[in-house]
Amino acid sequence: MNETLYTSSEKKTGNVIAICVIALLYVFLFVLDNFLPSNSFTLMLIPVLKKGAIYSLICVSMNLLNGFTGLFSLGQAGFLLIGAYSYAIFAIPADQHSAVYQYFDGGLIQFSIPEALGSVLGTNLGNFLGAIICIIIAGLIAAAFAALIGIPVLRLKSDYLAIATLGFAEIIRAICQWSGLGTITNGSNLLRKYTSFSDIKISFGDTVFKLSTIFPFLIAMVSILLIVLLINSSYGRAFKAIRDDEVAAEAMGINLFKHKMLSFVISSFFAGVGGALLAMYQTTIQASAFKTAMTYEILLIVVIGGIGSVTGSCIASFLYIACNEWWLRFLDSGSVFGLSVPFFRDGFRKVVFSVIIMVVVLFFSRGIMGDKELSFAGLIRRLKRKKKPAQAAEVSEGGDGNE
Amino acid sequence: MSEEKMVLRVENVTMQFGGVVAVNDLSIDVPEGKIIALIGPNGAGKTTAFNCITGVYEPTNGLVEFMGQPMVRNHPTGKMKKQYLGQDGEKYIHDPVLNPSPDKITHLGIARTFQNIRLWKSMTVFDNVLTAKHMRAKQNVFSATFRTSAKEERRMRQETADLLAEQNLLQYQNELATSLPYGLQRRLEIARALATDPKLLLLDEPAAGMNPQETQELADFIVETREKYNLTVFLIEHHMDLVMRISDYIYVIDFGSEIAQGVPREIQSNQRVIDAYLGVSEDE
Repeated sequence: MNETLYTSSEKKTGNVIAICVIALLYVFLFVLDNFLPSNSFTLMLIPVLKKGAIYSLICVSMNLLNGFTGLFSLGQAGFLLIGAYSYAIFAIPADQHSAVYQYFDGGLIQFSIPEALGSVLGTNLGNFLGAIICIIIAGLIAAAFAALIGIPVLRLKSDYLAIATLGFAEIIRAICQWSGLGTITNGSNLLRKYTSFSDIKISFGDTVFKLSTIFPFLIAMVSILLIVLLINSSYGRAFKAIRDDEVAAEAMGINLFKHKMLSFVISSFFAGVGGALLAMYQTTIQASAFKTAMTYEILLIVVIGGIGSVTGSCIASFLYIACNEWWLRFLDSGSVFGLSVPFFRDGFRKVVFSVIIMVVVLFFSRGIMGDKELSFAGLIRRLKRKKKPAQAAEVSEGGDGNE
Repeated sequence: MSEEKMVLRVENVTMQFGGVVAVNDLSIDVPEGKIIALIGPNGAGKTTAFNCITGVYEPTNGLVEFMGQPMVRNHPTGKMKKQYLGQDGEKYIHDPVLNPSPDKITHLGIARTFQNIRLWKSMTVFDNVLTAKHMRAKQNVFSATFRTSAKEERRMRQETADLLAEQNLLQYQNELATSLPYGLQRRLEIARALATDPKLLLLDEPAAGMNPQETQELADFIVETREKYNLTVFLIEHHMDLVMRISDYIYVIDFGSEIAQGVPREIQSNQRVIDAYLGVSEDE
């Protein structure tokens, strides 16, 4: 976290290693997308990686608000919803509108940005750039809503802010399900057929490469990088000052409302981006999925990772998603290594999961990382000191941490 | 004192909470380059007076001027109109345009410290001072994120290092602010206030909880700081020896009202001040 604590040579080597690890990761993802045969292992791995990357971004965006600015907001699901819907609405191809908006006369918006770009630049490039443009639009719309909601809500403090943002998230969900806006949001019906991860490809001459796993990593990494740059800037320090002591921050000339608003809007922008990625991942979306439970899930990951730690949020996201969707699945299946266990039936996974979470909260009350960051510069320093505990584990987590 | 340039003028300020008059008709002049003290027994309304100046409270009535410009101007309005117990209820026209908040007042050039130290506890000594420089930074959120204002950032870091060096705090720069010993935390809070480039420094009980030797050092430090940064200092204090040693002029309040003012020698021999501090026996 504190840059001044590392020497410049440590930082330099740290950066070089980080870039190498990230490059290796992308090569791995590229190979995973294109050359590895699909088997039961990759079938589980790929969705976990995609969803983990998306959740990393969503959790970091929530951490910016809750962990770094000290604003206890529970409106994240609402902004995810806005992002997901905004993305989907602008990315449904024109000829699919009549099918998707079957109850609303084909809907109001009759164009698709990826398609429009595709007609000029070719389908693959059009999808790629179009998706990025739609994602940015999704973020901007979420940010605009945040700015409006923020005016009344950010005058509240702590619990009251949490309740008000929770309420707004529910209102947003209700509005999206309202049939009066059906020509845009399709009421309570699904939005589907928009550009998803599997449509993201790149072509060199005749060879076409799939980018379906790289794409969410790319967007999430750029977004998280921007958030980290913000956190380490003068504004980030002002956010932390507000978190630590509002009265002192105001007395030192920091305009509380302006800075809280900034943090809220930026956090919501990236939540919108995360929502758009989630929409791409799920291939169909429905407002009813974006319940308060989703916000709690994200909050849980943030708490497990450590409030005020970006790398903590990322590590916790991957671990949580992997446990939830993959590693603990066997608990639901009824048997382990061919042995049938009477307890292991549908829903038992959730029981075990709750116990794990309780253990984490009881024994690591500040989360995996506390408010520290995992960095390669820090790892180098540790290795130099010849302190050995759990080196291998940390290095492997380090790769995730940079995503 | 009328020929001197006034940095701060407090005129007929009354602060009333419901039926309680915390500060009653207080008028204070703080001339440029001087050290002015506000003293009084516990609960006399000293910190409330400070809060009226720094924008934490909006005074019920009265005028606060900084460098000749009105900062706060108010008269009792609404429900307070009937409840008002002070004087000059109609004299000052309320000016909503001024509408001061603590951050705006700090922008004008008034910096303060707190009675109970309020450092940013998760930050290092260096970051505490650096963050106070944020207010004067010209970068916006985009130029800050994309590092296009790196030059300004470097300048801010250099200024912070210089300031810490001047305050003999540079060797602690990477330590957490709250891990410093008490006396140094006080000094850091003053350094942080200085980082906002103030013209007027308000110190709220800077010697609270200090032993005589630390108080002595603090007194020298305040005098030095004033000269080095060309400041005017306005302080609240309980330690009489500190106040008597360094103040140029003293105001004494009790139960929200001024009971005496004058140079330290006059205050020391003022019977009302002695009564206020030691108490008067009703029978005699």
